[in-house]
Amino acid sequence: MTFFFETLLGGLLAGTMYSLVAIGFVLIYKASGVFNFAQGAMLLFAALTFVSLHDQGVPFALALLLTVVVMVIGALLIERLVLRPLVNRSQITLFMATLGLSFIIEGLAQGLMGSQVRALDLGIDDVPVFIGGMMVSQFDLIAAAAAIVLVTVLALLFNKTRIGVSLRAVADDTTAALSIGINLNRIWQIVWAVAGIVGLVAGLLWGARQGVQFSLSLVVLKALPVLIIGGFTSIGGAIVGGLIVGAAENLAEVYIGPLIGGGITPWFAYVLALAFLYIRPAGLFGERAIERV
Amino acid sequence: MSEAASDIAVNELLRVNDIEVVYDGAILAVAGVSLTVPKGGIVALLGANGAGKSTTLKAISGLVRAERAEVSRGAIEFLGRDTAGVDPSVRVRQGMVHVLEGRHVFPQLTVEDNLRSGGFVRGLSRQDMARDLERIYTWFPRLKTKRKTQAGLTSGGEQQMVAIGRALMTRPTLVLLDEPSMGLAPIIVQEIFEIVAQLNREEQVSFLIAEQNINVALKYAQQAYVLDTGRVVLSGSREALLARGDLHDFYLGKH
Repeated sequence: MTFFFETLLGGLLAGTMYSLVAIGFVLIYKASGVFNFAQGAMLLFAALTFVSLHDQGVPFALALLLTVVVMVIGALLIERLVLRPLVNRSQITLFMATLGLSFIIEGLAQGLMGSQVRALDLGIDDVPVFIGGMMVSQFDLIAAAAAIVLVTVLALLFNKTRIGVSLRAVADDTTAALSIGINLNRIWQIVWAVAGIVGLVAGLLWGARQGVQFSLSLVVLKALPVLIIGGFTSIGGAIVGGLIVGAAENLAEVYIGPLIGGGITPWFAYVLALAFLYIRPAGLFGERAIERV
Repeated sequence: MSEAASDIAVNELLRVNDIEVVYDGAILAVAGVSLTVPKGGIVALLGANGAGKSTTLKAISGLVRAERAEVSRGAIEFLGRDTAGVDPSVRVRQGMVHVLEGRHVFPQLTVEDNLRSGGFVRGLSRQDMARDLERIYTWFPRLKTKRKTQAGLTSGGEQQMVAIGRALMTRPTLVLLDEPSMGLAPIIVQEIFEIVAQLNREEQVSFLIAEQNINVALKYAQQAYVLDTGRVVLSGSREALLARGDLHDFYLGKH
């Protein structure tokens, strides 16, 4: 039984890493109704920028700050050059634009900072620690803690500040938000900047885990089942979705894997997502429109 | 209509001069609408479904651009200034606010957050925000009891009050009110129009109200314009229009 819980806990902790990636998507989806395919590229770009700065001897905190600045500038540019000219276009047009954007960002990242695999040392030893007799990765614990802090900060931002209320207003009804003078361009700038910073946190943790390299941008593909399960419009859903995917992957690998020869992890999340599409298409926490009849 | 031109200019809040609105570069929704709203006035914009009332209001508030439409001819002046190219949020700051047809509250936000969002554009301090909220609650006491309820779960009449209250939080001089009676019980419609009249009397807020309900609209408006297929076909004071006795014919296409 201890082994079961150990597997479960390990999966849940790994799942927070998926949640982190998914949250970036949810933010942008809520504010501009578009599935931002470039989120993975933003994550890669953020991690690469940080590593490049750090490798050149810039201290950790300063490199972090500079990367945040770079991501904010990037968000302003994307809003001005991509979103504003395409305002009111169909969702698929915007999606195609983010698809193109992802290649531009990836190309830029590799052109400026090279394409070799870079090691990223956050100074966290990945040694096992024991909690109640269960062996848990220390790195996973710290990653989960980082996710919790980030989510708490975001929750405060959205529920307690005027910017947050404006953002939820835009997500609810864009035209009505415009009618009372909410500046849509400003909201987009803020949301993309926040998504960039979330991408930075996710990029650092993923990068520390598997090295900073091109394939980092492919974590978007892991976020997709998380979003389908949790719902595209809910940060809470992204968290729970990530946990479910993480736990399910780990459990399936250990308990079902041996029966069918292993190698379950790469595809199990998608099968799970497919099952959710049958049962609950809006996701666990997806907002279905409030409508009175 | 016979006053001297200079006299009109002084009292004029809004002047719409022969505008044409085109959707998607091809569909003509409004083809030659001119109207004025005097300071402190209530003006009605009458007409059947599809006559161009909503589009006219959206042209004035600047929201047409959010629907891939544009004012392709004519001019709209607010407080004597041309509004061409002025961002909708700037127009709100200048004192013009649009209450959309079908109310458009933020359904997932609480009633109070809906109202507060109207105050954001003015960058209110915490105290000013609280004071202005209380002001809205004195106009709409019903909203105070529902302040923590998600706006999407309140009744149609309450949503209309939220939409108007939210607009009032921007401290407008001109409210563009689109179809406030839509889908509401007559008694609620009357309640809402009474508040409009009271705001007009006591706070000098001017209104341009698009309505299909002629009887209600002409009970409160001093002047009205009748639209048909994107054009003004009739205009005048309440008394002059009521005296005609054939207003309803415009809805039936008899003219």
